[in-house]
Amino acid sequence: MRTNYRWISDVSSCCCLCFFSVSPEQIKNLHKRFQQLSDNEETISRENLEKIPALANNPIRKQIIDAFFDKRNQHQNEVGAFQEIGFEQFLMVMSHFRPPTLKTTEEEREAMRKEKLRFLFNMHDTDNDGTITLEEYRKVVEELLSKSGAIGLEAAKAIADAAMLEVASTNVPHMAPDDFYEGITFEHFEQILKGLEMESRMHIRFLDVDTMTMRCGKSKS
Amino acid sequence: MRRCGFVHLLGSVLLIGFVSSVSCEAALTGHESNHSEHEHGSSLSGIPIVTFKWHHVETPYLVALFILVSFLAKLVIEANHHVTNIIPESALLICFGFILGGIIWGADKVQTFTLTPTVFFFYLLPQVILDAGYSMPNKLFFSNMGAILVYAVIGTCWNAASLGLSLWGCHMGGAMGDLDIGLLQYLLFGSLIAAVDPVAVIAVFEQVHVNEVLFIMVFGESLLNDGVTVVLFNVFDAFVSLGGAKINAVEIIKGIISFFVVAFGGSLVGFVFGLLISLLTRCTKNIQIIEPGFVFVLGYLAYLTAEMLSLSAILSIVFCGMCCQKYINANMDENSVNTVRYAMKVFANGSETIIFVFLGISAIDKTLWVWNTGFILLTLLFVIVYRFIGVFFLTWILNKFRLVPLEVIDQVIMSYGGLRGAVAYGLAMMLDENKIKEKNLMVCTTLIVVYFTVIIQGITMKPLVTWLKVRRAAVSELTLIEKVQNKVFDHMLVAIEDISGQIGHNYMRDKWNYFEEKWMSKVLMKPSARKNRDRLFKVFHQLNLKDAMSYVAEGERRGSLEFIRNDHAYIDFKKKFDDDYYEEVMPDIMADMSDDHGEIRDPVPSVSLEMHEQNMKAVRDSEDVNTHHLLQQHLYRGRKQHRHRYSRSHFDVNKDEGEVQEVFQRTMRSRLESFKSAKMGVAPPKSLSKHPKKEQQQKMSNGKSLDKTRSYYSGDEDFEFSEGDSASGFNPSYNSMPMRVTYRAGAGIENLGFMPDLDSGPSVQLPRWLEDSSSVVPSQRAQVQLPWTPSSLRRLAPLRTSTRSTDSFMMADAPPNAQQIDLPPPPSPPTLLLLKFLV
Repeated sequence: MRTNYRWISDVSSCCCLCFFSVSPEQIKNLHKRFQQLSDNEETISRENLEKIPALANNPIRKQIIDAFFDKRNQHQNEVGAFQEIGFEQFLMVMSHFRPPTLKTTEEEREAMRKEKLRFLFNMHDTDNDGTITLEEYRKVVEELLSKSGAIGLEAAKAIADAAMLEVASTNVPHMAPDDFYEGITFEHFEQILKGLEMESRMHIRFLDVDTMTMRCGKSKS
Repeated sequence: MRRCGFVHLLGSVLLIGFVSSVSCEAALTGHESNHSEHEHGSSLSGIPIVTFKWHHVETPYLVALFILVSFLAKLVIEANHHVTNIIPESALLICFGFILGGIIWGADKVQTFTLTPTVFFFYLLPQVILDAGYSMPNKLFFSNMGAILVYAVIGTCWNAASLGLSLWGCHMGGAMGDLDIGLLQYLLFGSLIAAVDPVAVIAVFEQVHVNEVLFIMVFGESLLNDGVTVVLFNVFDAFVSLGGAKINAVEIIKGIISFFVVAFGGSLVGFVFGLLISLLTRCTKNIQIIEPGFVFVLGYLAYLTAEMLSLSAILSIVFCGMCCQKYINANMDENSVNTVRYAMKVFANGSETIIFVFLGISAIDKTLWVWNTGFILLTLLFVIVYRFIGVFFLTWILNKFRLVPLEVIDQVIMSYGGLRGAVAYGLAMMLDENKIKEKNLMVCTTLIVVYFTVIIQGITMKPLVTWLKVRRAAVSELTLIEKVQNKVFDHMLVAIEDISGQIGHNYMRDKWNYFEEKWMSKVLMKPSARKNRDRLFKVFHQLNLKDAMSYVAEGERRGSLEFIRNDHAYIDFKKKFDDDYYEEVMPDIMADMSDDHGEIRDPVPSVSLEMHEQNMKAVRDSEDVNTHHLLQQHLYRGRKQHRHRYSRSHFDVNKDEGEVQEVFQRTMRSRLESFKSAKMGVAPPKSLSKHPKKEQQQKMSNGKSLDKTRSYYSGDEDFEFSEGDSASGFNPSYNSMPMRVTYRAGAGIENLGFMPDLDSGPSVQLPRWLEDSSSVVPSQRAQVQLPWTPSSLRRLAPLRTSTRSTDSFMMADAPPNAQQIDLPPPPSPPTLLLLKFLV
């Protein structure tokens, strides 16, 4: 147990470096959870996460679990997927969901906003080509509606198509006949979701609420 | 729009009913003797041809007149946008009340119209609050519930206590001269003036459009603090009656307990009534005309029941509205839902108008005015100062727990938005003059506080919001993609909470949703309603509906709806139709057909509106209105005469909407056909265009009897087709037959889009393809914006994965030139665009 905690302090200092700002208590809590999920292993695999009973009813479970194993969400400029993730990676994914505090400055807010949106975007853009294509988008919508029962696959498809057309017509209002709408780029994505103010809602309450804002991460990111 | 007018009328009539009994008290009793003598005298001199019985109708007449005048005032005020942009409507209405009050005063020398507490609390307030509850954004409200409760309970207590104590302190210090008010009476006064008023808040904030969190904070607080106000008022009222000496710890504890009983009891009563309404609307299918009435009657009963049990009536009716909104919207017929919405707004808006006018009139009453500079100014000062202190202090505490802290600017607006209104005035009027000597001073002060907050703060609110750059609410409707994203987002948050092993808001909400889905919906919702409930689906459906409407409008613009049918067979037929050959056969058949129509069409009620979702915005949409208008004018004129009959239980006025629905279904079906065939990989055969010709000739030669029988089945077969043929791909003869018959049927009456639902008896059944929710046709909203000329098809090329469908599109789009007649070619149907896009 003692070794574990020393490791945590290592991790927390490391995470502090890479702009994650949570208190040691929160990290401790998350680490407990991590161990619980991984059966006291060093790493978590997909199966571990899929076993969580509360997730069983979530229609987009697959996308979310994928996001945990996505290297793009680790801010290391790497692409691809992990087979297993350690606690550090786990924390990094979780860090997308930290709330802003009163002390957060404007630039930090902006950075957080981008980062959160990027996370969402990556969730849709499965092949990492910088656009969400119709195929990719359809997939998400299908999964999303798969649990609602009343709506069939056809309708889901149709909804995805209609949504996509909507994006196409709003973002490129004057399309020449030969233009090719490849899919939603990140900029478009940002534009679309402006009204929703996702970034101000995309956070969850970690068990210990008092988040200490450590500014040391700024320089690196 | 005719409907709207109707509801409006209904609303005004009911309102009159509401107020009439009350204004009995308010109305004057002066010239009674005069009139009766006069009547008596005239009756003696033989049978009068005309008698003037003013007294007979006096009270209701005055009430109606009063309402009319207030509404007219609103009309005039709203007509001047440059004024309402600066001064909020509520303030203008109060000012209008001043003038009206002055006139009445000048005429009668006594104020005959005053707002009595009974009128206000029983006849004017409930509908405003019911509307607030019914249109409450539940999710937003409950996710901020904690903060709202803190402001409503602690904030209000703080306001009341600090105000009472400070005034008492100043009194002791000699700032107000000689007044006969004790500490308890100060506290009583503090409690009645502490509460933020929902009516005033809605009126002002509705025009300012602040962001939704800020709005729900102020609004929620104003609604929920009623429980506190009622308790504080009752407790202090009792204390004042008891006298200071008899108050001991037991009484105080009783007061605290009674707070919980009043607040939770009131909410519980509302909850029960909400469930009752939901259950009732499950089985009101056969009395659709009065089903909206249940909502109002039961809502009002919830209010009265709570009042009877001396619980918080406002809380009761708020929760009643909040509980039932979801279920009644799903259970009731779409028309009823719209009626409820409209009528709710009519009531709420109407009585809001009346309340403000009344508030203005009440000021012009000489007996009321007791001036005490110290008392009035100090009250005004303390009300504002303590509001600021309270909000800032509570927010400071709350921000320690809130995930997203409230910013300073928001706090300023929240404090500044602490408007007092008619509730305070009503409570002040309820004070007992025998126990409280300075009642008039208190009423007068309350009025001044109300005027100050509503007029001065109301006017300055907008500039302040602009100046402080408060985040405004986005006014636009959510687009489909935003809805989808929102949903993804919700699920994601839940998942992350699950993974991190926390139990947070999202977790709770998810669990509640699950429970609600599983149990509450099952009990409270009609099974058929449960299906179409998904919000996403609703938006999607609305888009589809809009498409259909603009599609029809497009057809009207081009002079006919022919292109809706979008069938190549049709073009041929059109050509054929020009041939002399048909002209000869046609007349008899046409005559026959139209006769049939008269008989058969008549008993058919409007087409099932289960799928017909349409919000008020869509109705107001000028384009849609235009469509309606056009449809009404041109589409069905031929048959209109058959429908002039009066029935109290069948609401035929909106028949044309059903017809729109019909056109919609038709569009959808034809879209679905091509959609399906495309999906199956079977391009619509080009040989199709040849078939109908042949067939037609056959049928024609067979004579009209055959045709008639066919026409009976046409609807049925058509539906069958769209549902069942996916295996067989595209069956030209099957398809073309009903088309042909229909066309002929319509030919006589310039209605090409219409096909009689001959098989659908009084209880209209949904075509099966519509029932089957999986066969929803994609929205073409985006396509509406794209021109559907052949050249445009490349625009969507990126979305195309198969070249085959394009080919079919090309073929479909280019009808053989040889067959062209002088008509302009129908626009190539968007369905084909879709088809290509979907493959």
